[in-house]
Amino acid sequence: MEYLVGIQGPDFVLVAADNVAASSIIQMKHDYDKMFKLSEKILLLCVGEAGDTVQFAEYIQKNVQLYKMRNGYELSPAAAANFTRKNLADYLRSRTPYHVNLLLAGYDETDGPGLYYMDYLSSLAKAPFAAHGYGLNKRFILNLPSFTVRVIDKEGIHDLENLTLGAK
Amino acid sequence: MALENFCNFHDILEDQVTTDRSAVFQTKKTLHTYSSDLALGKSRSLFHFYIPVSEYLDESPIQFGQISAIQSAAVSSEEPCSASSCLPYSLPFASSQSVPPPFPMSHGTTTLAFIFQGGVLAAADTRSSCSGLVACPASQKVLPIHSHLVGTTSGTSADCALWKRILARELRLYQLRHGRRLSTGGAAKLLSHMLHPFKGTELCVAATLCGWDGEERNDGRHDHQKKEMDFSSCEKTSEICEEEKFVSPTSEQRLVSEKPSCSGPSLVYVCSDGTRLKGTLFSVGSGSPYAYSILDQEVHWGLTVNKAVSVAREAVYRATHRDAYSGNCVDVFHVTSKGWTRRNREDLKEEYYREKERQKQEGRGRKQKQEATLSVKT
Repeated sequence: MEYLVGIQGPDFVLVAADNVAASSIIQMKHDYDKMFKLSEKILLLCVGEAGDTVQFAEYIQKNVQLYKMRNGYELSPAAAANFTRKNLADYLRSRTPYHVNLLLAGYDETDGPGLYYMDYLSSLAKAPFAAHGYGLNKRFILNLPSFTVRVIDKEGIHDLENLTLGAK
Repeated sequence: MALENFCNFHDILEDQVTTDRSAVFQTKKTLHTYSSDLALGKSRSLFHFYIPVSEYLDESPIQFGQISAIQSAAVSSEEPCSASSCLPYSLPFASSQSVPPPFPMSHGTTTLAFIFQGGVLAAADTRSSCSGLVACPASQKVLPIHSHLVGTTSGTSADCALWKRILARELRLYQLRHGRRLSTGGAAKLLSHMLHPFKGTELCVAATLCGWDGEERNDGRHDHQKKEMDFSSCEKTSEICEEEKFVSPTSEQRLVSEKPSCSGPSLVYVCSDGTRLKGTLFSVGSGSPYAYSILDQEVHWGLTVNKAVSVAREAVYRATHRDAYSGNCVDVFHVTSKGWTRRNREDLKEEYYREKERQKQEGRGRKQKQEATLSVKT
């Protein structure tokens, strides 16, 4: 059970992801980071099937960095989101589809903050707030112990304090 | 072949194989193209590795039967001279899969590894099970890969043994080409990418790679009897740092634990379903919940070597006690900057009897104490 959430503000985007890396019912890691830094102001949050998440996210990450190396400037969040969606769509009808759910959060100089929701069927939606999974703590049968929180604004990506929600 | 460059490998492979036009190799060639296409289609920006196992894909279970139908259609359009489009034979389902496992973990073993101040400790049981019977009570689940890297294996024994050997070969090639050892994280990424084309098949490998990266001393003594890997002294740990940073710029390095990411002990869990996790404590297998119960309590950074070894043994012992698919003996390996060392294999039967004795003694002692304290209080 994994959880991602993002909220777009007037001049920032706030994102959080849980920290659990699980293998069936066992938590293998309690401090696993599900956010991938695509560029100075773009974060990709990725959950889904075990190997697919890291493979796909790293693939996107390296390609975005390659774009910057080739062209001298970075992809905008909108462009990165559409590039990601196109890749998901291309693989969807191949023999090896990627089963990943994504949130892409970024800050663009001209457009401001942006949050994009993508899922494994390669749908893409720009939304003011979005989530994947269940983050409820009071009503859900499983509790996720801790969350990484980051905020993106015109300065870049900042880490905020980890949320550790103890049992109430 | 051993001297070919990674990047050009795909092309050279095609050339090599087209020159061998014997009938035996034809089906293998088509499988080669298939597997390289498969790898290509999914991983344009990933390395292409020559996977010798692809030659044996026709011996895998039924799923590949489906794929051969598609592939044979492709084959007949490409090569009119290719004789039979069907595979020579296909083995029946591996018998070990017919019995459903009692709960989600299907790797019948207990292996564990953790990092502490004295290096990395890896331990595993020695039971190989097959369809509910013990196929081998004295198998080796912790396999050394090179002088400073040891891997615990879980899953299908044959797959693990094979992929460990392939990994050892690739690491040695890397070392020869680049003059330095690949870090544990790099080796894990290599293994993970090599296993990726087999995702969704019956291949089952869950390994933890335990190694020591970075500065090495050439006068390291090795207590192992297997082939020794000669390596030139590793100069720039900064290079390794660069590689690690580029490989994972987001913070798997910003862990709660206090490890320097470049050199020192390193532990990575790699699974054939694609998981690759860097951490400080892992246990894999059907006995892992029991092992975790001991490890989560006892393991911390400041353990002495002896205490760490005893914790590892205890964890394996408890797991073998409760888990039916783990048992017999325990192997303990310790990796430090000087390389890996191996403890003698210990039979856990003895441990069980010793504990029973101890419990009897303690039971007697506790009764006496209780009576004593009661009399004091009242």
